[in-house]
Amino acid sequence: MRTVSETEVWEALAEVPDPEIPVVSVVDLGLVHAVELDGRRLKVELLPTFVGCPALELIRASVAERLAGMVPEVEVEMTFAVPWTSDRITAEGRRKLRDSGFSPPGPAPASDRPLFATIAMRPTAACPWCGSDDTTLENLFGPTLCRTLFWCNRCRQPFEQFKAV
Amino acid sequence: MTEGEPVTPGEPAAQAPRPPEAVGGSGGALQAPPVNQFDPQARTALSNLMLAMADDEFVLGFWDSEWTGIAPVLEEDVAFASLAQDEIGHAQALYRLLADLDGGDPDAIAFGRRPEEYRHARLLDHPRTDWAFSVARRFLYDTADAARLDALVASAYAPLAEVVAKMRREETYHLRHMLAWLERLATGGDQPRARLVAALERLWPDALCVLDGVEGDDLLVEAGVLAEPLAATRRRWLASLAPELARLGLPGPPPAAPAAGCRGPDRGGDFRWLWEQFTMVRRSDPEAVW
Repeated sequence: MRTVSETEVWEALAEVPDPEIPVVSVVDLGLVHAVELDGRRLKVELLPTFVGCPALELIRASVAERLAGMVPEVEVEMTFAVPWTSDRITAEGRRKLRDSGFSPPGPAPASDRPLFATIAMRPTAACPWCGSDDTTLENLFGPTLCRTLFWCNRCRQPFEQFKAV
Repeated sequence: MTEGEPVTPGEPAAQAPRPPEAVGGSGGALQAPPVNQFDPQARTALSNLMLAMADDEFVLGFWDSEWTGIAPVLEEDVAFASLAQDEIGHAQALYRLLADLDGGDPDAIAFGRRPEEYRHARLLDHPRTDWAFSVARRFLYDTADAARLDALVASAYAPLAEVVAKMRREETYHLRHMLAWLERLATGGDQPRARLVAALERLWPDALCVLDGVEGDDLLVEAGVLAEPLAATRRRWLASLAPELARLGLPGPPPAAPAAGCRGPDRGGDFRWLWEQFTMVRRSDPEAVW
């Protein structure tokens, strides 16, 4: 078996789509915490986006399936070692989200303040269709745990924003 | 809460508790410590704390899922489904930590106990009742839980600190949503306001239980698991709420301490009904493999 490089592992990971928003990959979303490649062994650690996200096992299994066979031993695990935050979504990931009608998240709230201090947080979003900032928050919650609903007052279209967490 | 403990509305906005000195490093990839880092009493107290937190999230998640399909507006069907899903997810992560610490299977801990073995706070024994009642309960719970999570950010038990860091990022959305509803009902005319005030008056004594009833919390402070005793967390929580309640002219907490039996074992018929619902499938065949 020829030697597999870490770059090839990352390229393979970039082909694994998010099951709920398939325009972006697990790499675009910043879900990959660590890639450890040691000759015959490959270990990949992924970060859960939302603790209760029902797609986590599906994501883990899709990554394991894509990497299977690259080296004899492949291990894919979820870890809370660092908290996933929406700030990890790459510039490329944000562009792909916008192109498919999702407003990318704004900066995540600072996590070093008392949680109650974040109560005044109110997300704003530019319309992914027409670019207008004249938008109205319709619902902090949406069709999946990671989405918020907006309405564009200019082009009169609903759209979704990835939550800033 | 000790008798006569002052609740000072004028206190400055709650400060995040300082991390205990013993914590090595802050945030980042902490190496999971061996579970025998604590003496047996502290370790038992850690189990008590995680079980209380997990059961709180689990039971509230089930009550709130009851609104799916019948919430007053479609947006709230969506929102309460997400809120419930978040809480069940948090419970799942905490039951996993308990199983890692004490052995056992997270699903068995979640679904395999008798009603009297659950350790959720008495606030979560009430059924969903009407919309104002569910909003009032969730506002009180989410804000108390936020103060509790603040006290665990720098926990010396790294696996818990890691899960808490993740949970906090989601709770911001819960807090914002519930404050918006509290305002809407408080300022939305006579009937919504009257229902909200009645719900808060009914729930306040039991809400104090969310930050009480965990045996050995003083040992957890010594061990660096908690930044402060729960009584101090409760004071910080009440101080942070006071300005919002004053602004909206809503009732505050009673002066008395929470009564005994904050976390069971005596439960009313409402919780028993919910328990029968959420354990029904498992009880039909406990050994089934999914």
